[in-house]
Amino acid sequence: MPVTTQDLLTCLHRMAEVIEANREYLTALDAAIGDADHGINMDRGFKAALKRLPPVEDKDAGTILKTVGVALVSTVGGAGGPLYGTAFMQAGTVLGGKYELEPQDVLAALDAALQGVVMRGKANLGDKTMVDALTPAVNALREALQNGANIADALEQAALAAEQGMKDTIPMLAKKGRASYLGERSIGHQDPGATSTYLLLRVMADVAREKYG
Amino acid sequence: MKKLINRPEDVVKEELEGIALAFPDMVKVHFDPNFIYRADAPVRGKVAVISGGGSGHEPMHGGFVGVGMLDAACPGQVFTSPTPDQMLEAAKMVDGGAGVLYIVKNYTGDVMNFEMAADMARAEGLRVLNILIDDDVAVKDSLYTAGRRGVGTTVLAEKICGAAAERGYDLRRVADLCRRVNINGRSMGMALTPCTVPMAGKPTFELAEDEMEVGIGIHGEPGRERMKLKTADEITEMLAISIIEDPEYRRTVREFDEEKGEWVDVELVDPPFRRGDRVLAFVNSMGGTPDIELPIIYRKLHEICEKKGLIIVRRLIGRYITSLEMQGCSITLLRMDDEMIDLWDAPVKTPGLRWGI
Repeated sequence: MPVTTQDLLTCLHRMAEVIEANREYLTALDAAIGDADHGINMDRGFKAALKRLPPVEDKDAGTILKTVGVALVSTVGGAGGPLYGTAFMQAGTVLGGKYELEPQDVLAALDAALQGVVMRGKANLGDKTMVDALTPAVNALREALQNGANIADALEQAALAAEQGMKDTIPMLAKKGRASYLGERSIGHQDPGATSTYLLLRVMADVAREKYG
Repeated sequence: MKKLINRPEDVVKEELEGIALAFPDMVKVHFDPNFIYRADAPVRGKVAVISGGGSGHEPMHGGFVGVGMLDAACPGQVFTSPTPDQMLEAAKMVDGGAGVLYIVKNYTGDVMNFEMAADMARAEGLRVLNILIDDDVAVKDSLYTAGRRGVGTTVLAEKICGAAAERGYDLRRVADLCRRVNINGRSMGMALTPCTVPMAGKPTFELAEDEMEVGIGIHGEPGRERMKLKTADEITEMLAISIIEDPEYRRTVREFDEEKGEWVDVELVDPPFRRGDRVLAFVNSMGGTPDIELPIIYRKLHEICEKKGLIIVRRLIGRYITSLEMQGCSITLLRMDDEMIDLWDAPVKTPGLRWGI
């Protein structure tokens, strides 16, 4: 059974809820190694994105995701805006014209999101960024689908890989963004960007499990 | 937190409303998206020079909009990069048909947002080039960090490039000049006190009564080293020597190649200072340091430059690139050639910098 645009909308609303619930947590993580605004910025961005959804709710998945991407880019600010905005816009480009998504479409969209983030932020694996959560998630999703998993199980594998990737950022030395100026002092802190990435993937897995698990 | 504000969330909006009312002969303000632009924009046939960044560094950038300097400035939230829609709409508003230069301070958020804005503007048929400013010698390792931050040299680049655009330089020439200003400028700053972002409500870091933070950026972030407070002469010497004796600095930056139609990596090299170099000496208050203390810094800087064989040909002393109410200072030295000196002396009329008009 393919994923519908209604599932996608459910997912986006749940993402906004989860970001709001974790607003202080993300901001506190950012205060330790950045500029203490990640939760505030993401919450502002997802709230703005929800406001722009009603006129496009009956449109294709690509249009919906691009609408979210543009909203994030124009409201989040900082580094998170261009990175998450690019991720959603690139995913939207892959899903242009589609109203029903096969598991391979979901994989293609997440892979495009990852490529967009890497292109925009120039971060490598191990730099202590959202790439450290998103890369293992995309790899796990691809592998699970190759092994014949359904979309719910495959997204669960992706969320678990993202969670591990997020935790793996704790001992890392930051090499990108404002955290990089702290040098050794960035070690021992979990990256806020990797954390928000995990939270969003966790929502995708939960929504998929409730409907297709 | 004690500040002359109404509600923390209204600080930037009300600041912009006040600027529009206070300087109607020089600037106008556009809301949603927010940007400040020249009252007489667009100027036909002139390259438009645009900058922007988080708020809290006033008078930079909005205070430098006007004849002979910036055509527009995009303010973000306090210490948060502005967004591409602001930069795009500002470009469309002030483009006089000769293209747009974005002057971008090297912070991850600013760089990415301005790159996206440039891509969007080009998609709408505008000619846009981005030039980075990365002059903070306090950041040592560019390989394992996001590179040197953009600080004091930004003010000087905005003045010199604004004058060049006013004189009719084409876009490529203004961009080349901006890059040249950047590789010849070096800065370093220090703080006696932290500062408080209105929305956060508490200081960004703690400093004891007898401590100072050396090598700070401009966002209230901690610096390179915390140490016991020293005298003005000792602090000036520490900053000036770090700048003057800084070795050659190499790094790769991303610029847009118009022939190839894509972003390319460009290697830039800052040559070290040498005896006989002519320099502009810029002593800047971080916001809370009063004017009485800045000449004390300049006095010592002048002496050190003489000893090191640097010839100070121009000076700028005052509050130009700040971190809210932070006490402290930064020093910038810019190696100048005849063209830069001539453009520095050209008339400028902005709320924050004005001479010759």
